[in-house]
Amino acid sequence: MSALIETRGLTRRFGAKTVLDGVDLSIAQGESLCVIGQSGTGKSVLLKCILGLVPPDAGEVLWQGAPLAPRREAFLARFGMLFQGAALFDSLNVWQNVAFRLRQRMPARAAREIAVEKLARVGLPPETAELMPAELSGGMAKRVGLARAIADDPQVIFFDEPTTGLDPIRARAIDALIRGIVTETGATAITITHDMASVRAIGDRVALLAGGRIAWSGPVARMDDAPELAGFLGRPVAQKP
Amino acid sequence: MRAIRAIGRPALRGVRGVGAVALFALRGLTALRPIPARALAVQLVQIGWLSLPVVGLTALFTGAALALQIHSGGARFQASDVVPAIVAIGMVRELGPVLGGLMVAARVASSIAAEIGTMRVTEQIDALVTLSTDPMRWLVTPRLWAAILSVPALVAVGDIIGIMGGWLVGTGSLGFTSARYIADSWAYLETWDVLSGLIKGAFFGFIVALSGCWFGMRCARGAAGVGRATTSAVVAAAIGILAANFALTGLFFR
Ligand SMILES: Nc1ncnc2c1ncn2[C@@H]1O[C@H](COP(=O)(O)OP(=O)(O)O)[C@@H](O)[C@H]1O
Ligand SMILES: [Mg+2]
Repeated sequence: MSALIETRGLTRRFGAKTVLDGVDLSIAQGESLCVIGQSGTGKSVLLKCILGLVPPDAGEVLWQGAPLAPRREAFLARFGMLFQGAALFDSLNVWQNVAFRLRQRMPARAAREIAVEKLARVGLPPETAELMPAELSGGMAKRVGLARAIADDPQVIFFDEPTTGLDPIRARAIDALIRGIVTETGATAITITHDMASVRAIGDRVALLAGGRIAWSGPVARMDDAPELAGFLGRPVAQKP
Repeated sequence: MRAIRAIGRPALRGVRGVGAVALFALRGLTALRPIPARALAVQLVQIGWLSLPVVGLTALFTGAALALQIHSGGARFQASDVVPAIVAIGMVRELGPVLGGLMVAARVASSIAAEIGTMRVTEQIDALVTLSTDPMRWLVTPRLWAAILSVPALVAVGDIIGIMGGWLVGTGSLGFTSARYIADSWAYLETWDVLSGLIKGAFFGFIVALSGCWFGMRCARGAAGVGRATTSAVVAAAIGILAANFALTGLFFR
């Protein structure tokens, strides 16, 4: 398996605090990777370093085997992201949010049509298209954010805590959507979460971020056997039947 | 040695800060390809049109108070007649742009910093970048140019309303006839008086929008971050306006 995206020694400090301390991570083409870790360990910072939104202090990010940074625009054109709080643009309505990238290269009417299609894909009726973000519930905002992330059929998608703040029923529904989208499109996905049910639903592989490094990484099927994850799973490994 | 370091380090940081702001302003002013026309129109309304009531009322009361002051002060050396001329010159050269600019600073620098700061904190600015959109062109450029274009217009309106405020007091309680008041205002006013005030307005508009955008874009995390960004933007804009006014007045009228 050749890596689609690879980080080498990614390091980032904020003041005296080293949040990322040499992260080596690689994601294969078409793989769904879940990154888990305690709140505040730098999971979001890791995604932002990969994207260059937060410039790393050291280390590099490779895309298709070559540095990503100089080709960021080309990468972003094939990329979508669901932000932790959805990050919908307050001044635009739902369909304008979803169609934001599409409108850069097609007329509004065509973009709106695709936006409504994507809204349907995430389970939102056409009436939501004209609502403003302030009128949406948390779960609906997540769905709209999801629709915006997949609007232009990206080949790489990042999901930052897609189920955080949702009740279990809505959380499982979002998991199912993400799993469905990732399998349908064959997209490569990185999902950040601390929801183990999400990991089982979405992930092919898991990586645990702790102390600024990848402390463990392996297939989802093997995570119950990993002593490194015992603390995180909230029970001793030995108790497994 | 330690003393040099103690002075040198903050000085270096200051120079670096000024450089960063200048670079930010330059990028904001020149991210014009293509011109963000729709966002510019929205900002012209937000910054210019919606500031009219505040700036108009400020000018009205200032012009009226100025007329009273000049009248009573001028009486000490038998110069009460100069009320119309001094009100006109004082408003147009100095009080119109400065007070108008300060009112716009209070209204606009704060709202720009709060809006952009909230977008920063809620990751909307990161989202813009991932959607292949330059936040400078999308957010900063329209605000900078809208302020540069609309504050001179606000100053012009403020000048007229301020002179009208003086006229109201002058004809209402200081014994001027309407015709004489207006004639005197016109007679002593020169084109450069007005023009210099409008140029000041453009600079003040630039300063207001730049502070709002700068502190908004650099907003720290959380609601407290937005609060601090808003305060800093208004304080920086107000001090910037007063300092720039002194510099421009020195440049224009030496
Ligand atoms: N812009 C920033 N300025 C200062 N500190 C930051 C910034 N972004 C993140 N941090 C710090 O980095 C750490 C990791 O943050 P984050 O990646 O958001 O955590 P999480 O794993 O919950 O996503 C936190 O302690 C946070 O305070
Ligand atoms: Mg996070």
